[in-house]
Amino acid sequence: MTVTLFIPCFIDALFPRAGISMVEILERLGHTVVCPPEIACCGQPPFNSGYWDEARTIAAPVLEKLKDAEAVVIGSGSCGAMVKKFYPELFKNTPHAELAKQVAARTWEFSDFLVSKLGVTDLGAKFPHKVTFHDGCHGLRELGIKTAPRALLGNVGGLEFVEMKEESCCGFGGTFSAKFPMISTAMGEVKCAAATETGADFIVSNDSSCLMHIQGLLSRQGSPLKTIHLAEVLNQR
Amino acid sequence: MSFVSQFKSLASAKTRDLRHRSVIRTALRSYEVVRDKRKAAFQSWESARQAAAETKWEAINHLDEHLVALTAKLEARGTKVHWASNGAQAREIIAQILRDKKARCIIKSKAMTSEEIHLNDALEKEGFTVVESDLGEFIVQLRHEPPYHIVFPSMHLTRGEIKDLFQKELGDAPSDSPEELTMVARRVMRQKYITADVGFTGGNFAIAETGMISITENEGNARLTAALPKTMITLMGIEKVLPRFSDLALFLPMLATAGAGQPMTCYNTMYSGPRQPGESDGPEEWHVVLLDNRRTELLADAEQRDSLHCIRCGACLNVCPIFRNVGGHTYGTTYSGPVGAVITPHLRGLQEWKHLSNASSLCGACTEACPVKIDLHHHLLQNRRNASAGQPSFFEKLAYMIFGIVANEPAFWSLAKKIGWLTQPLQRAVKGSALDPAKAWTKTRDLPPQPLESFKDWWRNRK
Repeated sequence: MTVTLFIPCFIDALFPRAGISMVEILERLGHTVVCPPEIACCGQPPFNSGYWDEARTIAAPVLEKLKDAEAVVIGSGSCGAMVKKFYPELFKNTPHAELAKQVAARTWEFSDFLVSKLGVTDLGAKFPHKVTFHDGCHGLRELGIKTAPRALLGNVGGLEFVEMKEESCCGFGGTFSAKFPMISTAMGEVKCAAATETGADFIVSNDSSCLMHIQGLLSRQGSPLKTIHLAEVLNQR
Repeated sequence: MSFVSQFKSLASAKTRDLRHRSVIRTALRSYEVVRDKRKAAFQSWESARQAAAETKWEAINHLDEHLVALTAKLEARGTKVHWASNGAQAREIIAQILRDKKARCIIKSKAMTSEEIHLNDALEKEGFTVVESDLGEFIVQLRHEPPYHIVFPSMHLTRGEIKDLFQKELGDAPSDSPEELTMVARRVMRQKYITADVGFTGGNFAIAETGMISITENEGNARLTAALPKTMITLMGIEKVLPRFSDLALFLPMLATAGAGQPMTCYNTMYSGPRQPGESDGPEEWHVVLLDNRRTELLADAEQRDSLHCIRCGACLNVCPIFRNVGGHTYGTTYSGPVGAVITPHLRGLQEWKHLSNASSLCGACTEACPVKIDLHHHLLQNRRNASAGQPSFFEKLAYMIFGIVANEPAFWSLAKKIGWLTQPLQRAVKGSALDPAKAWTKTRDLPPQPLESFKDWWRNRK
């Protein structure tokens, strides 16, 4: 299968190793990976802030680029939700309405693609550490992805998995984190405390933006706990 | 101070208040345990939610017919029904009844609509004495503050604080045991029930089919409020209508489960009229005041009409990480938490209250918790869209236009990344200070180090 990999702006600029891991995993599974160099962002920042015209300016060319893709795989639950769930809403009653629905139907978040579309749960990875998993809210509630990442982690050699006692948002929320930093920080502190309580060495997530927030707090606190994208864990041999 | 600066200033204080964080967390943790136990007792909680949402959809989409039917049934049994378009009208209707009755003391059971129209203040200004009979409301009334939460008005207080409050205000607090404190409040209140001229209640559901108003409570205070004084006044929003009596079979356990983790609340009473000939008790007169207060404007908004489904259970507040960290009073609204952030801009002005819709990570825990399936967090997005369309921020709009140009042109995007990489040392030098353009982030959080080679660089180089 030819997989069109949509690398979100965060991963491109700040966490390239997560994207590289996705390419290597998909190629190892025998798929052809293409990655349109013109796509930088899904348009979520202006969309979430209420600037839908500006969001469409970014999203419409993205849709055009993805028009003929067999399968679109996005390495983030949040950007995945943007394309899969919010593009049809954003382009409702516009000339792109039909295309938005078609692309949405062919779009997958990375872990969901592996498990639900390809039926793969064991990638032969080894990661001998104690880890906990953070569900990004968009992946969890907009896309309903909860079991796929856990199924994948369950087959990683040497990995000890432990759930956090509380399921909660990390407090990132895009521009929310800068508009209301005090609330965002408090939410992040609650999340970090829940993760620390597990005694894990790593917080794994399928969303780099959440991890950026969590890691930002942990680093500032001087915590030894580290964050890592799911794809990087699955690519450890 | 504007509403937004007030919100930000209170939020800054509360989010740093670790004692507050711990009190709320402890209170909600016990709620979560019982709620989940009760949800599991439903054959299918999800099907129950769907059924409730459909019933409310039917009720709200035929509100005109249901309200006419309700009124006809209520009036047929001698109830006086009043219509109030706004808070001022509702206050005047209620004050006029009190004047006509030459009332002095009013005993009240819990009613968020009365908070919405600031009834107590208005009545006290006219010289009436108003006593809250719900224990939580009684406590916050003694503290001269509004309820902290729509279901648990005093959840922000510890037993010790309540003991000190009772000692100071009532001169009686033997210990901080909930039972003994309740007995103190009860001794005060029992006298009030007997001396009150008018009993005032809210209403949880109004049944169009039978002309009944259903009141849900745990303390028996609403029953006493309704039964002892000669005159009873009930104030409720027009959206509280349910089509059929049998709908209560779903809504009563659902409200109890979502609201307090109970199978049913201790007392559920259906009122259908004042004392009828031959009956031995009940009020001689019953006035029902039906309040619009811009609910009809929400009804006219097809996109967000479902926010009128709200049964005021508070489930969305309980799961909301924003509410849990900023607390109920920070909102400055009658209805706080996610549902408050959704409806307040409609009830009190979009531009003045849009900050509540912005103050959300859009995590969606509220929508997942809502027993009547209101699309809460998506309504926050719609409020943001409507606010930006009506009154865009010049700088934000400009920033997104520039961002759009950069994102759509690979050369610009690549340049932006290089600039980001090059300015990293500079950024680190001013980290978190007033000079730092990213200080909103860096005051409490580190930025990730940006590698020289981006993903796109790697992709291009390997080909």
